[in-house]
Amino acid sequence: MNIVVCVKQVPNTNEVKLDPKTGTLIREGVPSIMNPDDKAGLEAALELKDNTGAHITVVSMGPPQADAVLREAMAMGADDAYLVTDRAFCGADTLATSTTIAAALKKIGKTMKIDLIITGRQAIDGDTAQVGPQIAEHLGIPNVSYAQDIKVDGDTVTVKRQFEDRYHVVKAKMPCLVTALGDMNKPRYMTPGGIFDAYRENEVKQITRKDLDVEDTQIGLKGSPTRVAQSFPKQLKGKGTIVTPDGADAAADYIVARLEEKFII
Amino acid sequence: MDFTLSKEQEMARTLFRDMAENEIKPLAADIDEQERFPKEALELFKKYKMMGIPYPKEYGGAGCDTLTYEMALEEICKVCAATGTMLSAHISLGTWPIVKFGTEDQKKKYLPKLCTGEYLGAFALTEPGAGTDASGQQTKAVLDGDHYVLNGSKIFITNAGYADVYVVFAMTDKSKGNHGISAFIVESKFPGFSVGKKEKKMGIHGSATCELIFENCIVPKENLLGQEGKGFGIAMATLDNGRIGIAAQAVGLAEGALDETIKYVNERKQFGRPLAKFQNTQFQIADMVTKTKAAQLMLYRAALAEETKGAKNKRYSEEAAMAKLFCASTAMDVTTRCLQLFGGYGYTREYPIERMMRDAKITEIYEGTSEVQRMVISKYAMG
Repeated sequence: MNIVVCVKQVPNTNEVKLDPKTGTLIREGVPSIMNPDDKAGLEAALELKDNTGAHITVVSMGPPQADAVLREAMAMGADDAYLVTDRAFCGADTLATSTTIAAALKKIGKTMKIDLIITGRQAIDGDTAQVGPQIAEHLGIPNVSYAQDIKVDGDTVTVKRQFEDRYHVVKAKMPCLVTALGDMNKPRYMTPGGIFDAYRENEVKQITRKDLDVEDTQIGLKGSPTRVAQSFPKQLKGKGTIVTPDGADAAADYIVARLEEKFII
Repeated sequence: MDFTLSKEQEMARTLFRDMAENEIKPLAADIDEQERFPKEALELFKKYKMMGIPYPKEYGGAGCDTLTYEMALEEICKVCAATGTMLSAHISLGTWPIVKFGTEDQKKKYLPKLCTGEYLGAFALTEPGAGTDASGQQTKAVLDGDHYVLNGSKIFITNAGYADVYVVFAMTDKSKGNHGISAFIVESKFPGFSVGKKEKKMGIHGSATCELIFENCIVPKENLLGQEGKGFGIAMATLDNGRIGIAAQAVGLAEGALDETIKYVNERKQFGRPLAKFQNTQFQIADMVTKTKAAQLMLYRAALAEETKGAKNKRYSEEAAMAKLFCASTAMDVTTRCLQLFGGYGYTREYPIERMMRDAKITEIYEGTSEVQRMVISKYAMG
C-alpha cells in the first residue's frame, strides 16, 4: 500500500504575531515545526506501516527551508519525500495551494499508485481546514475529514470521524483522502540515526512549476481568488465557570446571586 | 572556525531535549527517591535506537557522531543525571572497548546486541584496593585450556546487576605490573559470576552501583579483549572516552540547575519583588551562565578531538581530562550556588535543586577524580 502524507511547516506558536501594517504573519525568530495535525496524520500512516506494511511518501509545499519537516518525517520513518517549491507558487490561497499540491500528487501518481492520502485537518498558522478536502475534489476522490482513527481493510478505509458531540464511522473505497485530528494519537519521536540518514543519505526530491500540468492562472497569487481583508489577534475570552448546584432552586439562586453581584438586577 | 552545529546535529539536539523534557524529567524525582533503576528510560532508549548512538550502522549503531552522543547525554542529564549515568556507562564504558579493541568475531557477536539494547553493557576496573591507582589489580585470570578462570572482586560498578556484558580487567601476569593486566568480555551468565552488595550513595540514586564477585568464573579464551597484557592501555583509552561523557553529564547538570533557578528567581518574591530583580541574583546568574557556556565549549572541543584524533587512532587524553576537570567543577559550583539562590526551599526535596547538587558531586570523583585529571593535564603541560 502506498500512502502519501501531506505536511506543512508552520511557526511554533499559538500566539501568532501579526504585522499590524501588512496583516501577515511575522515569522522571524519563531521556530518552525511540523504542523501538529499533519504530524498526527504521519503517525497514523506510520502505524499502518508498522502493522500491515506500507510505503510512505511525504509531500510538502513551501519555501526551500521547509525541507526540514520532510527530513523530520523521514527521521520518524517515512520512506520518501517531495518538496513542492517554486517562486511561482508564492502568495497562494487555499485554492491555489490545493491545485498545486493535487497537480504534484498527479505527477507522483505517475510513478506509483497512490492508495491513501492523509493530510492534517488544518494548519495552526491559517486554521482554514480547506486544503485537504480541496485536494480530494481536484483529484476526484472521496474525502473523509476529522479522523480520530484510521483502519485499512483490503481496498477500503474505515474512519472514526469526530463531531462535537458524537462520532461517525465512515467507510471509503481507496484511493481516498483522510484529514487527521491532532489528538488522534501521540506521534513517535524521530530516531537519532534516522535524523543522520535523513540528512546524509536520503534525498528530498523537488517538484517545481515546470513539473506541473497547471495553468499560470491557477497557481500562486494569480490563482488565488481569496484576499485577506484584515488579520487580527483574537480577543481572549474569560474562562467560564462550571457549577453543579443541588437542584433547580439552588441553580436559580446561584444565578440570581451572581447577577446581583454584578448589579445587573 | 565555526561554532554552529550541522542541521542533523541541531535536529538531534531538539529530539533529545523534547524526549528529556517529556519522558525523563517526570520520572527523575521518583527514581531518586525510590533509588530505583531508570527502566522506563532504558526502554525508551531501546525503542528509539539510542543504545549505540555513535557506533557504525553495520553493527546496529545509529551511525551518528561523537558530538551528537555527548549532546544526548547533556540533554538527558539536564533533567536526570542518574539516567545519563546508565546510558554513558553502557555506551562509553561497556560498548566502546569492544568497538575499538574487539576482534571482528567479538564485534559481530556483541555489538548488535549492545547497540540495540538487548544487552546492557558495563565496565569493571575498580577494586577495593585499586581505585585511582588502577594498576593495583588483585583480580586474577589464569588460562586453563580453552578458557580463563577469573577470581577476585570489583566494586562501584555502574549498571551492575542489570548489565548483561561487562568489560572486566584482571591480572594475567602479576610480575609485569601494568603490563600484566588483561581485558575480558564477561557475560553475566558465565559460571562463577555474581553481583554483590549494592552501594547506598549520596547522589545518582537511580544508577545501580554494586560489587562484582568472580569465583572461579569461566571466561572462554576467545573473550580476551585485545592481547594479553594490554588491558591497562585499553582501560586508560576507554576512560579518556568515558570522561567526555562525564563532562557532558556535568554540563547538563549545570544547565539543568540554571533552568530551574532562572524559573524560580522570577517567581519567588522577597522584600516585595522577585529575586530576579536583585543585582546579586543577576550577577550570580550571569557568572554561572558564562562558566557553564565555557564548560560546554570544553566539552564540545573534547568531543571533536575524539572524533578527529580517535579516527586516526590517536589519544585525546589531554582534551578529555581538561573537559572533565572543568565541567565537573562547574557542575559542583553552579549547583551549589543555585541551591543558595533557592534558599530554604532549595534544601527541601520539593525542588530538584538539592538532587542536582548531590548528583553533581560524583562528576568530580568517578572515571578519574579531579586530582587524576590534574595529573594527566600536568603531564601534558609540563612533560
